[in-house]
Amino acid sequence: MAIPILKLGDYLIASIQSALTDADLTRLQDDLARQVGDLRSRGVIVDVTAAEVMDSFTIRTLLDIAHVGKLRGADTVIVGLKPEVAFAMVQLGLRLDGVATGLDLEEGLAILGHVREPTDGG
Amino acid sequence: MEDEHRLPIRSESDILTARQRGRELAAAVGFSGSDLTIVATAISEIARNIVEYAGRGEMVFTLVRDGQSRGIVVVARDEGPGIPDVNLAMQDGFSTRRSLGLGLPGARRLMDEFDVQSEAGRGTTVTMKKWTQSRSARVS
Repeated sequence: MAIPILKLGDYLIASIQSALTDADLTRLQDDLARQVGDLRSRGVIVDVTAAEVMDSFTIRTLLDIAHVGKLRGADTVIVGLKPEVAFAMVQLGLRLDGVATGLDLEEGLAILGHVREPTDGG
Repeated sequence: MEDEHRLPIRSESDILTARQRGRELAAAVGFSGSDLTIVATAISEIARNIVEYAGRGEMVFTLVRDGQSRGIVVVARDEGPGIPDVNLAMQDGFSTRRSLGLGLPGARRLMDEFDVQSEAGRGTTVTMKKWTQSRSARVS
């Protein structure tokens, strides 16, 4: 199942709405990497509010999305990690080091705006 | 009385099916909140190991009772290449493939009881349990 990617100004927003297979996640990674270039996006928000489980493959893919995006000139924010998912991630030993996170979409947009502020003001 | 549920694990989509089924069964036996996520996450890690390393296998979920406590037992079996060095595979950061090398040690941290039996060339069996009450509370 393809994850829809919405364009909002300079940003791309991918909202995970259901449980995803590894192939779905890999496709999201490819789609985002391509669209960041095609649409000259400067920020990516991945909303994982609907994700009930974040296992090591999911986290690895999110890290890859963020790092590939960075190399393509876009910052990534992961938003919507549920408390119980965050708790399980910590116990599992999974971290999102180096990747910005926010509570929800609104916070994600604020974080991207803030990240971009110095260049906008210059 | 034991209640056993058997699932074939043959593809990526079976990983999803297994964790969703495991989550439902854990909810039915009395787990809630973060424990449901923890059980589902451990199942996901172990099911992925089957798909990645053995190609196919099965998972058996059994709902169990011990005194006041209820629990879920997850047995993951495959007839794949086996793990040459189980002790090494249980160390954090060890992985011969993708993911983050958290599969076995990560799942062990999530569950109350964890056991790996593996024989090179014969396959691997992972048995893990989670109880609705913590072990110390259960023993007393």
